[in-house]
Amino acid sequence: MNSFWSITLATLAKDIRLEWRSKDALNAMLFFSLLVVVIFVFSFDPLAEESRHIVGGLVWVAFLFAAVVALNQTWARELRNQVLDAYRVSPAPATGLFIAKALGNFILVSLLEALMAPLFVIFYNLHVLGPAWQLIPVALLGTWALVVNGTFFAAMSIRTRSRELMLPLLLFPVSIPAVIAMVAATTSILTGDASAHFYIVLLLTYDVVFTTACLGLFGTVLQAE
Amino acid sequence: MKKAFPILAVLTATFLGYAFYLAMFVAPTDALQGDVYRIIYYHVPSAWTAFLLFFINFIASIQFLANAKPSTARAAKWIVIVIGILGFVAPFIPQVKQSLPTGMYPSSVATTAVIIVGVYFLVGKYFPGQNLDILALTAAEVGVVFCTIVLITGPIWARPVWGIWWAPGDIRLTSTLVLWLIYVSYLVMRRFSDSAQTQKLAAVLAVFGALDVPLVYFSIWFFRTQHPQPVIGGGGSIDPRMLHVLLLSWMAFLCFAFLICWTRFRLEKLRREVEEAEALESLLESGGAAESSARAKIPLSRGPR
Amino acid sequence: MIEANISPGAPLVSVSNLVKQFGRFAALRGVTAEFDSGQFHVILGDNGAGKTTLLRVLAGLANPTRGEVSILNKNPREACREIGYMAHPSLLYDEMSGMENLRYFARLYDISGDERCREVIRAVRLDPELSRPVGQYSQGMRQRMSLARAILHDPKILLLDEPFSNVDVHSARDMVGLLKGMRDAGKTIFVVTHQSALLEGVADEFIWMQAGQILDRTRDLSPLARAEQP
Repeated sequence: MNSFWSITLATLAKDIRLEWRSKDALNAMLFFSLLVVVIFVFSFDPLAEESRHIVGGLVWVAFLFAAVVALNQTWARELRNQVLDAYRVSPAPATGLFIAKALGNFILVSLLEALMAPLFVIFYNLHVLGPAWQLIPVALLGTWALVVNGTFFAAMSIRTRSRELMLPLLLFPVSIPAVIAMVAATTSILTGDASAHFYIVLLLTYDVVFTTACLGLFGTVLQAE
Repeated sequence: MKKAFPILAVLTATFLGYAFYLAMFVAPTDALQGDVYRIIYYHVPSAWTAFLLFFINFIASIQFLANAKPSTARAAKWIVIVIGILGFVAPFIPQVKQSLPTGMYPSSVATTAVIIVGVYFLVGKYFPGQNLDILALTAAEVGVVFCTIVLITGPIWARPVWGIWWAPGDIRLTSTLVLWLIYVSYLVMRRFSDSAQTQKLAAVLAVFGALDVPLVYFSIWFFRTQHPQPVIGGGGSIDPRMLHVLLLSWMAFLCFAFLICWTRFRLEKLRREVEEAEALESLLESGGAAESSARAKIPLSRGPR
Repeated sequence: MIEANISPGAPLVSVSNLVKQFGRFAALRGVTAEFDSGQFHVILGDNGAGKTTLLRVLAGLANPTRGEVSILNKNPREACREIGYMAHPSLLYDEMSGMENLRYFARLYDISGDERCREVIRAVRLDPELSRPVGQYSQGMRQRMSLARAILHDPKILLLDEPFSNVDVHSARDMVGLLKGMRDAGKTIFVVTHQSALLEGVADEFIWMQAGQILDRTRDLSPLARAEQP
């Protein structure tokens, strides 16, 4: 068990180190996130009365697009020079690789969200009418929901044509319940109209179910030629 | 079996025609909706057929994954049996009965559990090996077609009756949409995949899709309690004469679906046999090694039957 | 970290009726062979003969369509600790230095400490302290570092696909010397190469493949074969 976590953490550390070294991709992603927010601001009038009701949806759609950009490069470094073969040939467990990649993506997407969220607050003059602290579990659980399946489907897309298209194509349908929950929870917290409790529980269930499924089935995906 | 096809096709066509006649002329007019409601005889049977086909795909996909190793195959069989027994007995226990959502009768849960077990073992017995994957593919393709019919007839029905094309909170239509999206992505993935393990990956995707469906249902269900929506398809009790026509219509649709699935299945099976035969020929080309035993298994030409 | 010899002569690796199909194309058409331990095997043949596919099947990276593979009486995935694989792509991260790369892969094999990494880097005649990222190495250096990665966990069996391609003669001779030493220490080595002349006198066996099958296995490069080599 010790070596499992040591491998996972070593992989995560390696990914963070590599991402930090070539900040190009990271900077481009940050800028893309900014652009998405700006486009939304121009498309959906921030001064309108109802803006508080739709911001929940806007925020999460923006996060979703940013997440897809981040997820698409999950395995890019492993595919260059076929490093993935080195991993497949080693005794290291597939689940360790998966968790490391998912955690790495989680950190990356959270970083993007941390940039975008304040911008939404600023542009849309958001005051949170409901219990604001609840936004934290919603953000954490929601981001993990996108990232865990996204990392899995990114691996599945490795062996398909039109790889960058395949990822969102596979991810979006399966993510719908999570997106409904995220958006509804955020909206209820922002407007204070209803309790987000049910949606948080639903997100937790979603996360547990799909994390288990991903961990169980990742070995099959990794070993596919 | 092949000879039966033209006869069955004619019978099915007749049956469909009869169902149409019943739907259009015999079934009584609805008190509230008038004649528009008659689309139900296409909408609902398509939905039931699509769900049945997707269910078969799910069962076939799980078995395909489980059969990769003998140990997992055995484990899966036992798990299914346990689910069947629990599902059959549990709903009748008072504590469990009370916690069932309204509208879900204990007998329907029990029947579903038995059906799950039954379908699992039937599929396992009659579709060994590769056929399991062909069944999954066929069920998915034909299921998507019927699902498309549901999604088209739904709004067509909703518009004259409620004045809206789509109700976002309508749990059935929205769940059907998500199911359609999942299975279209399944078919796209199968087509775009270059992997030697495409079948396994597709089965994995089917499992993900199946896990997703109950979650979709719950998320929309709660959303609807907060935003009451018209329920397309009508709730409440249904006139027994209408139910009679509905069920007959469904039978006709099932026959039709069966014929299409059978044709598609045979087509895919033939396509794979041709591919194997071609590969085998290239194998034997340069005076190859001990493949004569393999040659005996695959008839390169179909003799007279 | 040199392992004791396995009794020479016991088949370490065996394949039987191995078929590998990619759609309509059969890369391996019924290969049956046994390979003894402690031997240096060189696999030769035209492009498309199935050499790379055979190596990948032995490494566990490709699943046979039909047939059996046995390595140390296990399937390749189970025997992965005893297998070292090297291919034409470097299997290394371009953005990290050699030492950083090996440190990471050492973790995958439960090897702690830097000593082993330094040892293998020196063994392939590279400098462990070199902080240049691998992406900026010359081809020869990259091949050598890739070899270092393959032997890092001291595997009993080495599967090397074109290790000398684009490598200068001097470095190539060094690598051959290293491999010879490893064979003498009891390792089993499979090399796929077009440059058989390099391995004359070192290799124990030359395996000739064509169109997905093994045509012949010879002790040395026959005059006929030598004439065919570039």
